[in-house]
Amino acid sequence: MEDAISAEGLVKHFGATKALNGVDLNVRRGTVLGLLGPNGAGKTTVVRILATLIGPDAGTASVEGFDVQRDPHAVRQHLGLTGQYASVDEKLTGRENLVLIGRLLALPRRTARNRADELLADFDLRDAAHRPVQTYSGGMRRRLDLAASLVGHPSVLFLDEPTTGLDPRARMDLWNLVRRLVAQGTTVLLTTQYLDEADALADELVVIDQGQVIARGTSEELKSRIGAQTLELHANSEADLPALVELGGDVAGRAPEVDGLRVMVPLTDSALLTTVVRGLDEAGISVRELMLRRPSLDDVFLSLTGRRVEPESDVTTEPES
Amino acid sequence: MMPEERTPTGLRARLMDGARQTFTLAWRTLLQLRRNPWEMADFSIQPILFLVLFLFVFGGAIAGSTADYLEFILPGVIVMNLVFVTVYVGHGLNTDLTRGVFDRFRALPIARWSPLAGRILADMVKQAWCIVLLLVIGALLGFRPSESLVWLPVLIALLLVFALAMSWVMVLVGVLAKDPEHVQLFGFTALFPVTFISSVFVPVETMPPLLQVVVPLNPVSLLAEASRGLLSGGPVLEPALGALAWAGVITLVFAPLSVWALNRRLAQS
Repeated sequence: MEDAISAEGLVKHFGATKALNGVDLNVRRGTVLGLLGPNGAGKTTVVRILATLIGPDAGTASVEGFDVQRDPHAVRQHLGLTGQYASVDEKLTGRENLVLIGRLLALPRRTARNRADELLADFDLRDAAHRPVQTYSGGMRRRLDLAASLVGHPSVLFLDEPTTGLDPRARMDLWNLVRRLVAQGTTVLLTTQYLDEADALADELVVIDQGQVIARGTSEELKSRIGAQTLELHANSEADLPALVELGGDVAGRAPEVDGLRVMVPLTDSALLTTVVRGLDEAGISVRELMLRRPSLDDVFLSLTGRRVEPESDVTTEPES
Repeated sequence: MMPEERTPTGLRARLMDGARQTFTLAWRTLLQLRRNPWEMADFSIQPILFLVLFLFVFGGAIAGSTADYLEFILPGVIVMNLVFVTVYVGHGLNTDLTRGVFDRFRALPIARWSPLAGRILADMVKQAWCIVLLLVIGALLGFRPSESLVWLPVLIALLLVFALAMSWVMVLVGVLAKDPEHVQLFGFTALFPVTFISSVFVPVETMPPLLQVVVPLNPVSLLAEASRGLLSGGPVLEPALGALAWAGVITLVFAPLSVWALNRRLAQS
């Protein structure tokens, strides 16, 4: 059995809204699957079904070979869940929260305490161990959330938007923790609306939009779909835009995307760059900026859906080093 | 909420596990009090204030002397406080639901019913604490039960049975309310009239005719009257059976309704 998580044809309605409309996905053991999509795409619904919190209206899913509907108890014995909704008790201390979960998992009192201390040390929370969680910073909170989902040594971990609202430093810390778990063999399903996050952590990506899978593959595969590179032309004024769009269209063979004064031209071959520069010269247009870059997942999403991903909060994202 | 899960262990073992998880979760709710002394003060000092204020402000007017009124008001305040303390069940449950703590528990391999049972069990401990506290304060103020102290456990058991029934009402409020503040608002708005249109503070005979019909049927009145009987003598069996009948009806109506509403809320997020 290669897949630690598999789902087939998941359908879920909430009243008249169709949250999921036939989602399939598989996550190979020991790998990270990035489930990518804008707000309301259905990412959280997928996780909630896989974590046995809600049942699908149609379709089947299994975690570590156990069916989420027929054998939810066995599924729960293998999963860890960290999300904005699966939270810890703010009135208890960090340590009390971890001990509580250990006790619920039937660990003897002493073992539960040892496990809590071990996790607090691993997650750099030892100094805050005896403070109520409501006094924690956002980053500490997320680290404790993650620690809480690891008390029972789960082999499958669901991370539902684990870094939404965190500052860049805290995001990097969390990314490193996730990488460490994966190195130890944990299978991870990560949902995110941050493209750089999926790029940094995921082995494979599934892009969903309006309850349906619209693309899947590795980050590289998805990027190669829209050309090896993207040429970004930053116009000096709106007046230059039509000419730039036309030039870009001629070179790329299809209409380039326009974002404000920026024209994004997908290039299949970097040699085409000279064609563009010559074209600019012949048309007598000067540009403020001309940049050749690898396409981002944002470009992928745009080319798949015709829309940009709009993160709900305006968090500065740190480029992957 | 979920189809019956198949585990290798038998029903008995699963019940034992569930009971253990319930105790752990009740312990967690009580642990919160240690971190939040204000909540503790809230349900400990408030009833004492009520008792002392009513006793010394109204005692003379209502009963002629504070000593006589103490005999009347102490069981009343115990019952009144009991009804108000049930709001904590709804408040705590709603907090767990809105903050995501409930989902964390549901994703663990524990008995489906233990989070709710743990919450209610913790509430029963709070209730027992309040009853004993008020009896002790009453004794300090000069209350001396004329009936045998043998009846004390019976009194506490009767009160807790009723509190348990009322908890189901508050579970429903906790499930339906948008946030914890609404639980408190709605809970107290509904409970104030029920508590005050009763024989908790004044004898029924002093009320207008309409109330003389309604008030004796109020479970709060019945419970207060039974409590007075068990402490200071007077009718016990009839009001106690009345209160228990109410507790039964409330449980039969609200327990299934609350569980249904809870599962509905959980399935729709």
